[in-house]
Amino acid sequence: MRLIAQIGEWFDRRLQLAAPIRETVEHPVPRNTASWWYVFGSAALVIFALQVVTGILLAMIYVPSAAEAWNSLQALNHDVTLGWFIRALHGWGSNFMIAIVLIHMVQVFLFGAYKFPRELTWIVGVFLLLMTLGMAFSGQVLRFDQDAFWGLGIGASIASRVPILGPAIVKVMLGGPIIAGATLSRFFALHVFVIPGTLILLVSLHLLMVLKLGINEWPMPGRVVKKATYEAEYHELIEKSGEPFFPYAIWKDMFFAAFILLAVGACAVYFGPFGPSGQPDPTIIQTVPRPDYFFLWLYALLSLLPPSMETPALLIGPVLAILGLLLLPFLSGEGEKSWRRRPIAVLTVLLIAITLGTFTQLAGFAPWSPKMNAWSADPVPDRLLHGSTALQRQGALVFQSKQCRNCHALGELGGQRGPALDSVAVRLTQDQLIRQVIQGGGNMPAYGKNLKPSETTALVAFLETLHPPGQAAARDAARDAVLKESNKPHSGTE
Amino acid sequence: MPQEISPRSSQPNAPGAALSRRGLLMKLGLMFNGLVALALAVPIVRFLLASVTRGRSNGYLAWVPLGSVSEFPEGETRLATFRSPFVTPTDGKTIDTACWVRRVAGEQFQVFAVNCAHLGCPVRWFPQSGLFMCPCHGGVYYRDGSRASGPPERGLFTYPYRVDNGLITIQAGELPTPGASVAAVQGKKPPCA
Repeated sequence: MRLIAQIGEWFDRRLQLAAPIRETVEHPVPRNTASWWYVFGSAALVIFALQVVTGILLAMIYVPSAAEAWNSLQALNHDVTLGWFIRALHGWGSNFMIAIVLIHMVQVFLFGAYKFPRELTWIVGVFLLLMTLGMAFSGQVLRFDQDAFWGLGIGASIASRVPILGPAIVKVMLGGPIIAGATLSRFFALHVFVIPGTLILLVSLHLLMVLKLGINEWPMPGRVVKKATYEAEYHELIEKSGEPFFPYAIWKDMFFAAFILLAVGACAVYFGPFGPSGQPDPTIIQTVPRPDYFFLWLYALLSLLPPSMETPALLIGPVLAILGLLLLPFLSGEGEKSWRRRPIAVLTVLLIAITLGTFTQLAGFAPWSPKMNAWSADPVPDRLLHGSTALQRQGALVFQSKQCRNCHALGELGGQRGPALDSVAVRLTQDQLIRQVIQGGGNMPAYGKNLKPSETTALVAFLETLHPPGQAAARDAARDAVLKESNKPHSGTE
Repeated sequence: MPQEISPRSSQPNAPGAALSRRGLLMKLGLMFNGLVALALAVPIVRFLLASVTRGRSNGYLAWVPLGSVSEFPEGETRLATFRSPFVTPTDGKTIDTACWVRRVAGEQFQVFAVNCAHLGCPVRWFPQSGLFMCPCHGGVYYRDGSRASGPPERGLFTYPYRVDNGLITIQAGELPTPGASVAAVQGKKPPCA
């Protein structure tokens, strides 16, 4: 023991770090911030460290070349000892990191921690969020598979819509005219050097400010932040009820960080690594590209926005959102901190969470996309064809072979782009069905040029049978009357 | 010159104060570094923007062969692949690109990019219903490439084509994107089908 102490002393005489480190870890924090609500920031940092370590390990095998990346991922998954596990840790670590950063942000927002004098801490935090999302997107690109390839195409298509500069931005982003070798290499540079470097710098700033300004005290309803008095009040609070961060508060951070690491590890073992999906071969077009989990909401938004609103929403929306986050501490730098006295803040968080959650959930089954193989894979349910005429059966064939099923479900199977047609005959009369099929409309293509009159007749005859038993098909009463009238034998008098 | 060795307390850059030797050297040092930084920044920025400037001067577009006209039956739409005219050693499979070739009649063609005009996903052709469908956000196009439904704001992108000695070639080389102002990518307006 004496020897260890002597060695320690030898080093500290030269490094002179022991005193400042002790001072830092033992800095006093308000007693009630030693709470389970205050553990998310440190957990994000620990996961970031995990990402750095696993990232370096992956870089030992991974080849950032469009020709080799996919093969090197296969090697990691199947040949390299525990390569699959390191990939899984890195992939799940990424998901956990975004989740924890978002939770941390919500907690900071609801606890009013962005208010004076911690405005800059919040602003740096906003950039940390953007960097984290940048890591997630560039990381998805490095998993150079079909999703990555077409995801880049989507990114390029969005970037191209910037007025005037769009095409140039696309070329800088892709490193050339198409998605190819140069594209992957520059995303590798972003993912491995540029963004992590910026992240390390910003995290250091973020932490430095937390230490210099002190951790945000537990917000009390009625204890209002005023720029003139806040610092003195905080100082007094620390004097009165301050406790050293180590060991008073840190054990909760340590337990939570370890728990999160364990959860990442468990997910990695249980679910395994993400992909890669099919080879990034642009000539394979039988693919259904999907973004990673944390971009699913964007995928839903891009499908649901009206076409005319899409470009403005894509280009202006992010700017406004980021500007709003950056300006927040200046718009409400003083006042109540407690979420109990900030109903609009709570409602804003709930609204955003429910919106993003709904979009994410919708994107899970993508009702806006045609189901590309429904026409050949999902048969017409037998019960719909019982006792049907030859013409109606012919119509069912037309229904399948013309890919109607890709957008319209029958018996819960098929696309959801258009309405399910199990009871379409109740909604539309024969004339309306014919018009809808031939002219389309309401987001349905017009089939007039692709159906022979005989096919339309058969198809409509089949559609007219689609109504629940005991519920009559819709009919045009006036049409019935006219037909009845015209079918009457002429009396010839009058 | 002992008076030039100014004491620490003096401020070399204080307004009105005579310029000291140290202050001058400091300023010269900053300017020198600024000049060197500028000189280095020029090639660095040019390197970073190489993919844009190259596109401006020489252009990425070139005429590439798709195959013999006889491979494309009249009235039908077939998938064809072509090799990108601009290739780098690490491109792997990404140098080959697919496109949809519609032979309207005789030597009249339409060559569509597979990239959806919405956000670039690969559209698939369904000959039975005469529609292109996109698996991503649900864009649908008619056989002549015009928009049928869904989020796209326009029809499919077309490549300019030429038919020489029974061989069809197209002008390609850039990823077609909705915002690209390259006339070649936008192509002519598709004729009515």
